[in-house]
Amino acid sequence: MESKKTSFQELVYNFHQTVRPLDVKLIYEGEINHDIMKVFTTLTEKGLKAEEFKGQKKVFNVMVECLQNISKHSDCIEGMKQDNIGQGIFLISNNEYELNIVTGNTIKNEKKAFLTDKLNHINTLNTDELRSYYKKTLKDSEISHVGGAGLGFIDIARKTKNKLSFNFHPINENYSFFILSAKISK
Amino acid sequence: MENISIKKTNQTPDVKLDSKTGTLSFSGRSLPEDSTQFYAPIIQWIDSYLSSPCKVTNIVFELDYFNTASAKAIFSIIVKFDKLYESNYSVKIEWLYDEDDEDMKELGEEYKDLFKTPILLIAKKDE
Repeated sequence: MESKKTSFQELVYNFHQTVRPLDVKLIYEGEINHDIMKVFTTLTEKGLKAEEFKGQKKVFNVMVECLQNISKHSDCIEGMKQDNIGQGIFLISNNEYELNIVTGNTIKNEKKAFLTDKLNHINTLNTDELRSYYKKTLKDSEISHVGGAGLGFIDIARKTKNKLSFNFHPINENYSFFILSAKISK
Repeated sequence: MENISIKKTNQTPDVKLDSKTGTLSFSGRSLPEDSTQFYAPIIQWIDSYLSSPCKVTNIVFELDYFNTASAKAIFSIIVKFDKLYESNYSVKIEWLYDEDDEDMKELGEEYKDLFKTPILLIAKKDE
């Protein structure tokens, strides 16, 4: 017991040392559900209001889509006790030049190709093309069983006006860790 | 048929559906936990309204923000009234947005592009 306690204390200290010098405003690892989303968006709204940042509504918007992506689309690794659907990492950094919203969650490898194609395609589009793609998806998409309309990434790209950066880290032959960053320039 | 009146919360809009006057209004924010569940009774109400609609239907959207799942729900609502419009009923849709909210204005323009029913975009002045 004692050794575990010490290692948690070390973890907290190391974490503090790592995160402190960065512009991280919020970092969370765990289950992401609607209540968590409410809390995070309220906190961020308050923070941005205090900063008098004009794009606070955009940030709110992108946060909601990112958090709902995790709560709806993250997969759990079979047989892993502490891994649940809707589990993930959420991070916000903020400095005078830009605001970054980064999410990470486990996905089944079979989703990798779809996500890569979709995100790469979105990244090739300019403002007008994104707008047409949004309209086309709005018109043609069917609501999936988890309630997605296939509009989330397009919406994030439109609101941030920056390319979406993403990455997959292999976990094992069936799963990967999917990381997505959205940047809002100031 | 019963009218529907749903009070707004921080996550869901104020919804008023009146079959006698043929008016539907949606205002506030829409980011429900489960948009399909939230909009299901509304869609159901609309389906029964459309079986004996008023001569003139007025729909007002005055939303500050909605997530993409709600965007799809709004689309599904307008689709139904677009069919009514095409069968020669009068349907008027107003889309109100804060004058400095470019994103909400754009979303209104997108719905306008997608339908035959006229959608009037109205900029609200800052109070």
